Amino acid sequence: MRTVTFTLNGHPTRLTVDENRMLLWVLRDDLGLTGTKFGCGATLCGACTVLVNNEAVRSCATPMKAVDGKKVLTIEGLASGDTLHALQDAFVKQLALQCGFCTPGMILGAYAFLLKNPAPTRAQIVEHMDDHLCRCGAHVRIVAAVETAAAAMKGATR
Amino acid sequence: MNGDDDNELVVDGPTTFPVGRRDFLKLTSTGVIVLMAVDPAHAIQETERPQTARQGYPTDLNAYLHVGADNRVTCFVGKVELGQGSMTSLAQLLAEELDVSLASVEIVMGDTDLCPWDMGTFGSLSIRSFGPVLREAGAEARAVLLLLASERLQAAPEQLVVSAGVVSVKTDPTRKVTYGQLTEGKRIERTLGRKATVKPSNAFAIVGKAAPRRDAIAKVTGKAKYAGDIVPPGGALHARILRPPSHGATMTQVDTSAAEKLPGVRVIRDGDMVAILHQHRDEADAALALVKAQFARHDPPVDNETIFEHLVQRAPQGQRAASGGEVAGFSGATAQTFKATYRDSYMAHAPMETHSAVAAVDDGKVTVWVGTQTPFPVKNQIMGALRLPADKVRVITPFVGGGFGGKSASRQAVEAARLAVLTGQPVRVIFGRDEEFFYDTFRPAAVMTIASAIDASGAIVLWDYHVYAAGERGAAHFYNIANHQTMVYGGWSGAPVAGYHPFAVGPWRAPGANTNAFARESHIDVMAAKAGIDPVAFRLKNLTDTRMIGTVQAAAKAFGWTPKAAPSGRGVGVACGIDAGTYVTLMAEVVVDKATGHVQVKRVVCAQDQGVVVNREGTLQQVEGCITMGLGYTLSEEIRFKGGEVLDKNFDTYQLPRFSWVPTIETVLIDAPHIAAAGAGEPAIVPMGAVVANAIYDAVGARITQLPMTPARVTQALAHI
Repeated sequence: MRTVTFTLNGHPTRLTVDENRMLLWVLRDDLGLTGTKFGCGATLCGACTVLVNNEAVRSCATPMKAVDGKKVLTIEGLASGDTLHALQDAFVKQLALQCGFCTPGMILGAYAFLLKNPAPTRAQIVEHMDDHLCRCGAHVRIVAAVETAAAAMKGATR
Repeated sequence: MNGDDDNELVVDGPTTFPVGRRDFLKLTSTGVIVLMAVDPAHAIQETERPQTARQGYPTDLNAYLHVGADNRVTCFVGKVELGQGSMTSLAQLLAEELDVSLASVEIVMGDTDLCPWDMGTFGSLSIRSFGPVLREAGAEARAVLLLLASERLQAAPEQLVVSAGVVSVKTDPTRKVTYGQLTEGKRIERTLGRKATVKPSNAFAIVGKAAPRRDAIAKVTGKAKYAGDIVPPGGALHARILRPPSHGATMTQVDTSAAEKLPGVRVIRDGDMVAILHQHRDEADAALALVKAQFARHDPPVDNETIFEHLVQRAPQGQRAASGGEVAGFSGATAQTFKATYRDSYMAHAPMETHSAVAAVDDGKVTVWVGTQTPFPVKNQIMGALRLPADKVRVITPFVGGGFGGKSASRQAVEAARLAVLTGQPVRVIFGRDEEFFYDTFRPAAVMTIASAIDASGAIVLWDYHVYAAGERGAAHFYNIANHQTMVYGGWSGAPVAGYHPFAVGPWRAPGANTNAFARESHIDVMAAKAGIDPVAFRLKNLTDTRMIGTVQAAAKAFGWTPKAAPSGRGVGVACGIDAGTYVTLMAEVVVDKATGHVQVKRVVCAQDQGVVVNREGTLQQVEGCITMGLGYTLSEEIRFKGGEVLDKNFDTYQLPRFSWVPTIETVLIDAPHIAAAGAGEPAIVPMGAVVANAIYDAVGARITQLPMTPARVTQALAHI
């Protein structure tokens, strides 16, 4: 057990935990943030994607020691109050979801990508999102939503 | 309802749905929880006969809706939201009939204490079968409210007009009363004394219009709760349950001492269930890994290569699903005869949300939050397993993270309930992905044999179709063939004889229909190619069904189909299907890499005739979902197994369709407002395997007769040209 200090969705957070525990289950079980989903437990599906220092990571394989001193962003921290982030808004407007279980990971994976590539081509979006799985088949609309959001964000973070 | 004649009640106390004797024995004879292999709820899906309205459903309109004093309407349905959008479309139906604004309707789904009984959400039945029931309830409520308004306003009902839940006098709109003022939030006790009439489709103001998904904002913000997200008061312990290495294996020895030494771990042994409980999932995982157990395996002598011969050899008696003319003694003139065998593999449902449940016991009543397609049958399973009366079990269905037929079986709900009772604490069971691949009710592997003949003009004169293990849905052809028979040997709803399948099988999105369409539509193309006729022209020549012809022509127009006999080298294909009352034609364009056998689907055009379109955008979304999901069963998805051991345990070997696989998708919805709404969630997936097989043949001249069409199978077929 050790004390891990990090910023979670903008809030300073201090936890005493086994540093080898995975971020996914600390978020879900210790902190009650259930928007981050368990899908495969082996970094294969992307449902548990969150941002650590603006990089997309699979929280199912990210130990707590790896977030010490860093900034963690989960789906719960993306909107500003009741104002949806441009990506969230685009997912709603483009109907880019069905069951919604992959959606938080999809949005955060796309967000990390757009931070680095504010004006991606469709082919770049497809390539980047290729390791995120969606079983309902919302792919076409997810790509359209990411394109729409990129245009709305114009290189900004929102 | 499950096909049992002895469908008697065997559960003590009142029940909402009878548990058949066979199911009960399955629940108890093993001492642990064994899911119903044959879910009684599925009888309707197999027979493809949409229910008549109200059959099995409550007749009291108050079961379906409540009008609050604030004029807000609450709609109660036993259906669940799996992602298919019925949370939105069912609310549209009720708002339409009641004449209230869509925004004023709240919907409560899949809660066995609050919602009217429902057998489950599957078979594209929510709109076409339950829809009429909900509409009638809405129409009846509207008629009763008009009567009440007529008394209140001192005006004849025909002088009244309703808009957004406000009734007013046509000639004097200042004389008005709201639904909420009429009900004052109370039950509607008045009855109509006659059957209310639902609106004709040309009067629809809400149905058929785009409506925003009601679940969208919750789902993009992480606020949407799925079963595994529920935190009951006091929190819940994660339970990880020791699983056998293969189906049929029995535990002979177990040592949990190392796991018990970990802080915070609780071990429960009950019968042959060994469960490790901990507040944190990852710590429960670590403790489970320390359990040492030995199992005696009883594996059947089959694997994913030998299973096909086994399925034919051990097949049950065939049932004739369709026939006409003379098949055995056929002696007509033929120009060409054909014989072929087609195969399909076991497939997983693989929803992104694994089977999950949280159970809590309060004052002797067990509440279980379950990700399930069938909350009411699950309630009965829990009642049976725990010997509890109906009023002591409540099943609540939050958002479900995909089902596709795989979340009718809900073993995890019974396990969570059982452990909550044993521990006296709330318990959470979230299957690992390996458990999901182990306990899935797989779509069965199947074999289809077809003997057929055409005459010199290219007319099909003989069709002798035999399908093993896939089932009846979509088995019968819809072409104009004088001499034909369709024989069905067993279906997807469980093993027809003991040991037929090495694990549980069950319905998978449009169960059986994908498999049957693959065989039929591939074989149609084989005949067209041999006759030297363009496959679209060949179909039109042999079709008389005008709705089917309409979709073929609409698809050809949208696709820009130019007639040419296959293989033309262009890589284009066509395939048709009828499913859930809906007619669909797909056309596809593919590119085949001859060196690797890799197939890329570039473009798919879908023409669909489903009668009335309730939610256009929702339908388009379902069609896209069908085509995208269909890429998996077509190109990659296949369960590998040896005996009772499932070799695919995660997404590294079991490949779901990915972004880079997805073609351009164009959908044409044929306007047919005079025809009642049929299913939209499944039909477009049905011809996917066949359309891609036909396009591959058109591209390279190789006919692939087994799904999925993996690079290895494509390469093999290319070598045999």
